[in-house]
Amino acid sequence: MSAKKGKKGKKEKDQDLISFTINGQGVQARDGWTILETARQHGVQIPTLCFHPAVQPMGSCRLCVVEIQQNGRSRVAASCITPVQKDVEVLTHSEEVQNVRRWVLEMLLANCPASRQIRQLAKEHGVTSTRFKVEHPEDACARCGLCTRACDEVVGVRGISLGNRGIFKEVTAPYHQRSTVCIRCGTCLYVCPTGAMEQLFPQVSAP
Amino acid sequence: MERISNVTELEAWRENLRAALDPERPVVRVCLGPGCLAQGANKVSLAFQSAIKAKKVEASVQPLIKETGCHGFCSQGPLINLDPFDLFYVKVKPADVEEIVETTLAKGQTVERLLYSDNGSRYRSASEVPFYKMQQKVVLKNVGGIDPLKIEDALMAGAYRSLTKVLTSMTPEEVITTVEAAGLRGRGGAGFLTGRKWRFAVENARKNPGPVYVVGNGDEGDPGAFMDRTLMEGDPHAVLEGMAIGAYALGANQGYIYVRMEYPLAIQHLSIAIEQARALGLLGTNILDTGFNFDVQINRGAGAFVCGEETALIASLEGRVGEPIPRPPYPAEKGLRGRPTIINNVETWANVPLIIEKGADWYAGLGVPHSTGTKIFSLVGKLKNTGMIEVPMGITLGRIVEEIGGGVPGQDRFKAVQTGGPSGGCIPYELKDTPVDYDSLSKVGSIMGSGGMIVMDKRDCVVDVARYFLSFLEEESCGKCLPCRLGLKSMQEFLDKFAKGQGSPQDIDDLHSLARAIMKGSLCALGGTAPNPILTTVKYFKDEYLAHVVEHKCPSGVCRDLITYSINPELCNGCGLCVRNCPQECVSGEKKKPHTIDAGACIRCGQCMDVCPVDAVMVA
Amino acid sequence: MSVTFKALENILEHYPPSSEHLISALQDVQAKFNYIPPEAMTAVCDYFSVPLSRGWAVATFYKSFSLEPRGMHDVRVCLGTACHLKGGGRLVEGLERELDVPREHTTKDMRVTLETVRCLGTCAMAPVVMIDEEYLGGANIRSLKKELKKL
Repeated sequence: MSAKKGKKGKKEKDQDLISFTINGQGVQARDGWTILETARQHGVQIPTLCFHPAVQPMGSCRLCVVEIQQNGRSRVAASCITPVQKDVEVLTHSEEVQNVRRWVLEMLLANCPASRQIRQLAKEHGVTSTRFKVEHPEDACARCGLCTRACDEVVGVRGISLGNRGIFKEVTAPYHQRSTVCIRCGTCLYVCPTGAMEQLFPQVSAP
Repeated sequence: MERISNVTELEAWRENLRAALDPERPVVRVCLGPGCLAQGANKVSLAFQSAIKAKKVEASVQPLIKETGCHGFCSQGPLINLDPFDLFYVKVKPADVEEIVETTLAKGQTVERLLYSDNGSRYRSASEVPFYKMQQKVVLKNVGGIDPLKIEDALMAGAYRSLTKVLTSMTPEEVITTVEAAGLRGRGGAGFLTGRKWRFAVENARKNPGPVYVVGNGDEGDPGAFMDRTLMEGDPHAVLEGMAIGAYALGANQGYIYVRMEYPLAIQHLSIAIEQARALGLLGTNILDTGFNFDVQINRGAGAFVCGEETALIASLEGRVGEPIPRPPYPAEKGLRGRPTIINNVETWANVPLIIEKGADWYAGLGVPHSTGTKIFSLVGKLKNTGMIEVPMGITLGRIVEEIGGGVPGQDRFKAVQTGGPSGGCIPYELKDTPVDYDSLSKVGSIMGSGGMIVMDKRDCVVDVARYFLSFLEEESCGKCLPCRLGLKSMQEFLDKFAKGQGSPQDIDDLHSLARAIMKGSLCALGGTAPNPILTTVKYFKDEYLAHVVEHKCPSGVCRDLITYSINPELCNGCGLCVRNCPQECVSGEKKKPHTIDAGACIRCGQCMDVCPVDAVMVA
Repeated sequence: MSVTFKALENILEHYPPSSEHLISALQDVQAKFNYIPPEAMTAVCDYFSVPLSRGWAVATFYKSFSLEPRGMHDVRVCLGTACHLKGGGRLVEGLERELDVPREHTTKDMRVTLETVRCLGTCAMAPVVMIDEEYLGGANIRSLKKELKKL
């Protein structure tokens, strides 16, 4: 249980620290931090895919989900976008979140079969095979959107975006042609967590 | 129309309009609701108009032909109601109009053959018809009675009186406490307490002063649901007035109504209503000289079911891709343009003027505690009587389906009722005594949803229905989060196997586990509730799933890989229609002799069954 | 219809150049030209100062937009729940065969665009098909073939 329950010390008050627990371990965070940041700060591992410190978090891959318990209630939330809250109990590897992670990873194996990084990540969580159909053996893209976000927020060129929706969602430059505004900086290649951009780059970048 | 400058003038005008009505003047109210319109009701209306013109009677004593919103009994349409005769005619065709004009309008006599009849009884007045008797038209009270394109009709029916009351004698706080005390819950699906949501917004606006916005959600995307459509088309001022009252309570001056583009008439009727309200000064600046400013803009949806979700709707209002964002923060805290925004379904908004007019106690007396008021449902599917109904919360499912709906034609019981659309569940016949209220429906694994109520019979396969809803959501998923984008497709793989008679009982368990991961892991409620149809059908119809998986049979005769089509030689009259319509050319037979289907070549497309005039095609 | 500067101007002048109005403007373009021509897309994106990549994302996300010209006539088969239960799926298949075009596509002669929709709100008449602005309730493949011949 948290060692920090009880009256706040002067130091806490001065620095506006927020205390809660992660996996039973007491942690402290500054107001405005996310649960993921706090966990990493305290050496607690939480897997991510669509997270990168250089861009705004999206909370879309859902691998970083944690269980947050408060007042007898529990909810599952993406730790990369959830701000810290006082006196909650965060569980990073409960049954519930492990179930989410394992199924997501198994589905990723079928949908991004060409990604070495995803195979590795799945293996780390005990997922080594998939029962789902592999329709595009050459596909490695998880549609996490990091490349598009980096092109938008970091580079400002906005040459690529995620077009269509649902299972047809894809990283592309407009009209499936090579971008006319791309400056070939390679930032998208750098942030891609699955290796997919290596294949996509010649299709989307400026000639 | 001239601007009304204050409350006294408004009431005076209302009185003048009412006084000018001649209660003896015949009025033909022609239903132009979605169902009747699709059955040619506008031709009926035109027929009336030309028949009356031809009579060359002076305009002021001519019968008035009033085109109204939905009268509700869609399966009997086109419908008309004749005042003051209190006559209700069904299945009216343009060819019937001459007789109606001569007999009823001119002589006050009944055209017997056009009366609704059921089980040997004929009904003269709509109020006697069993379909209507059990209903309680509260929110829909004006729909079917007024011409939605004439604000004068709405005013005569009392529109904007509640707004006046609020602006002249209630504080914003009083409005909120009234709505809280009434117990109104969101009619869009989730059933969140409306007053509580409003209070969040007010608290947030206090902490961060600035604009607050109100939004009417008319994106009604659940397939099989058309309540919001009938409300927006039939009584648009009810929605506008509700939003204006809400805006006053919340300190908002700008409202938006988000209407799906597949509803062009709703968009048109709302636009006209807004224009007319503006012209009279009931919307815009300094409404009725009270200093209150409020105006409404219509935004059209662009074809995305997910935009019914609050944060996706806001994204669409901001000109962006309709992808939901994780909540918190909720729109009541941080919504449109980062400001507190209250999004309520249009039906929710339409409840507000009534709560103000008759008080919270009256409203809380309707329905049941924790689910006060009434609910509009679109009652469709395998039923004798289908259409638009409004009932008090708490009435049982069985009463709705059997007493209002008239049960399944030719069968003694329904199989299941689907409520809540793709986010809801299938409730089996055995649970027909389930009260229709938010909590009871939740307890049996479904949800109230926006009001779609679809009745299934023994010829509907639950595996097929689960697949149907899943395909719908697959097409509509925004694709942002993995549990939904990949998960819906993956659940479908399981169902595809079952539909083919493959898979195992272990697969059913694995599907459960996957369903839970999607429920818990999805970013928004589209993915989060997607497993509901599967979870409820597996729970209540496990035997049917096992029949598919273990016995390789589809008991309802739907799943193509598990059925065979054949022709009953005792019924077949050899007309050959099936031969002419078979795309595989696998039906053969001599003229006027029973035909046969080559099962090996048959692709089970069902066209022979659809064209057979004697129902000789059997599915097993 | 050629995409004239005047036509685009008439559309855009209704909106202040705030990107909030991107979807509304594209809807007007779709209504005017029956699709979103590339020149119109560029003009609209420029007017609202949004990158083409965002215009692309929006136009491909929302299903009411088409980036390719549509047919002269619209045939819409409702696949809402009630219509599905009453055989709407078979109607689509029948029409695909009859018109020799896959759903959500336009016939080679550009005469007909075949689409599925969910839902039209006319559930009591299931299964429902719309041909242009006309509703056909209780539709079957025979009545549809008759109507198609009239086009």
